[in-house]
Order: sequence, then structure tokens, then C-alpha cells
Amino acid sequence: MRRKAFQAAFPHTIPIFAGFWFLGLAYGIYMNVSGFSFWYPMVMSLIIFGGSLEFVAVSMLLAPFAPAQTLAMTLIIQARHIFYGISMLDRFRGLDWKKYYLIFGMCDETFSINYTARIPEDVDKGWFMLFVTLLNHFYWFSGATIGGLVGSLLHFDTSGLDFVMTAMFVVIFLEQWLKEKKHYTAIIGLAGALLCRLAFGPDDFMIPTMVCILAGLTLFRKPIERAGGLV
Amino acid sequence: MTLTQQIITIGLCVLGTMATRFLPFLVFSDKKPTPKFILYLGKALPSAIFGMLVIYCLKNVTITGGSHGLPELIAISVTVGLHLWRRQMLLSIAGGTVCYMLLLQLGFSGL
Repeated sequence: MRRKAFQAAFPHTIPIFAGFWFLGLAYGIYMNVSGFSFWYPMVMSLIIFGGSLEFVAVSMLLAPFAPAQTLAMTLIIQARHIFYGISMLDRFRGLDWKKYYLIFGMCDETFSINYTARIPEDVDKGWFMLFVTLLNHFYWFSGATIGGLVGSLLHFDTSGLDFVMTAMFVVIFLEQWLKEKKHYTAIIGLAGALLCRLAFGPDDFMIPTMVCILAGLTLFRKPIERAGGLV
Repeated sequence: MTLTQQIITIGLCVLGTMATRFLPFLVFSDKKPTPKFILYLGKALPSAIFGMLVIYCLKNVTITGGSHGLPELIAISVTVGLHLWRRQMLLSIAGGTVCYMLLLQLGFSGL
């Protein structure tokens, strides 16, 4: 059962392997050149497992000690995960111990794969999602550790490779778009984020975006539910 | 920063992250029925989230300067085109990424 789930899960994680190794290496190198030993990216990639926050954490560690600010920043950067939990409430229901690791490891990429992947009927869903999470966690952890160890020795032109994450979210968005009959919610998310990005700039637009999405979905609940086809 | 202060800082990053990931599961447990509005959100949110994540990936693109977001626009068109044509996730992602890397390393490197 486990083997079958692993074989079904692995192909879904290949783009993440490319993306996480690249970003993980970049993160490890960044810590390395900021003067931290490889222990830092190794431990942080293992226990935080959230890419964008870990990059910000480097500057937090270099700045004077400010615990309240650190916690506030973390909550703001990570707030979008609340949405992932709400979307997964139903799917994680009834899973045994696996549930705790699935929630712990639910980064953007893991959530997107676990939510959208069409899991074959004869594959155990719990183990499938567990392997997706575990593989992604491992890619990120190994990339960050290697980056921290040998980062400064690597010399090859990988500029643009980070686009693999953008391409993956574009494809996942498109798959979801093709699956649904009406596109109200997709448009709310896309337009809300775009408008907030233009209004608030690249660093402060995620919380306003979440507020916009919640407001949009609340305001248009009737037409969205009437249209049906929510998948 | 001392080692203890570093450990506290990293610990707070873990705490904050886990708070956001576990919160919905703590508030809406398996034992009580989940409110209808939350069930609705659970179904309606994902499409909105994926739209949001696409923009999130592109947040540092500037239309008015640099390469005007052209490499991104072209590479996304290639990704979407490939996906509508073959509907092979890995092919679409790989194709789009290679296209972007080529654009960046060859075509737009001077910008």
C-alpha cells in the first residue's frame, strides 16, 4: 500500500524537486555568505519549512533581538496558510497520526499538489499526501543543507530556474480553471491579488489580498453557490 | 545576537508558522460539525488561492522598468499553450521554465 502510494506521489513532486533544490541551494548559499554555519539552514529548513519566511529570518537573525516583531512578521508572512487549512479541513478528516505531519508540512507547493492531484482510486489518500509532503520536505532540507555546506563553490548559470515555481502554479491554476464551470472565485483571487499588488507594492500586499478574497467570497456567496460546480 | 536569542528567534518563526497551519484544525475539530460558511469557504477558496499564488510568484515584476515583464509574459504563454496542447503537467512546467531561462540568459540579459 505504501509502495503504491509512493509511486503515485513521486511524479507529482518532480517540479518541486527542481524548484526546491534551486531555492534551497540559494537559501543555503545566502546563509553561508551571511556568515552562518550550515547548521542554521539545515535546522531551519527542517523545522520551519516555509521558503519565503526563511529568507526573511536571515535578516531577523542579523538584526538586533526583537521577539515581538519577529512573531508579528512571521504571522503576517504565513497568514495565507490559514486558507490552506480551511480548504483541507474535510480532506484531512479521519486521517490518523499522518494528519499532524500533513498540517506541519503544508507549504504553498505541498498544499497545491495535495489539493489538486487526482489520486487514483486504488491508492491510499493518506499515504499519498504523506509522501508528497515528505518528499517536498526532503528536497527543501537537502537543498538548503547542501547550499550551506558547499554553496560558495558552485559556479553555473542557473538564473531563471526559479521560474519553475511560477510555471507550476500557473499550470495548477489552469487545471483548476479547466475543471470548474464558473470562474468567479478564480477571478476574485487573481484580480484581488493583482489590484493589491499594484496598490500596496510587492512586500505588503498579501494581507490586503486575503481580506479582498474573503470579502469577495462573502459578498458573492449566493451567485457562487447558485452557479455550483465548485470543485 | 547571542545563541539563546537566535534560538528564540528561530523558535518564534516555527511557532508563528505552525499557528497559521494548525489554526483551522484547532478551531474546527472533527467532533463538532463545521459551520456551513466555513465549508463553503473550503470549497470556494482554492481557485482564489491559486490565482493569488500566481501573482505572489510574479510580485517582483515591474511593468514600467527593467524588461517590462516581457520574459514572464512570454514564458507563461508558452506554459499555458503547452498545457492546453498536451495537458502534460511536467512538460508544460519544464517547457515554460526552459523558455524563461533562455530568454533571461540570452535575450534579455542586457536589460
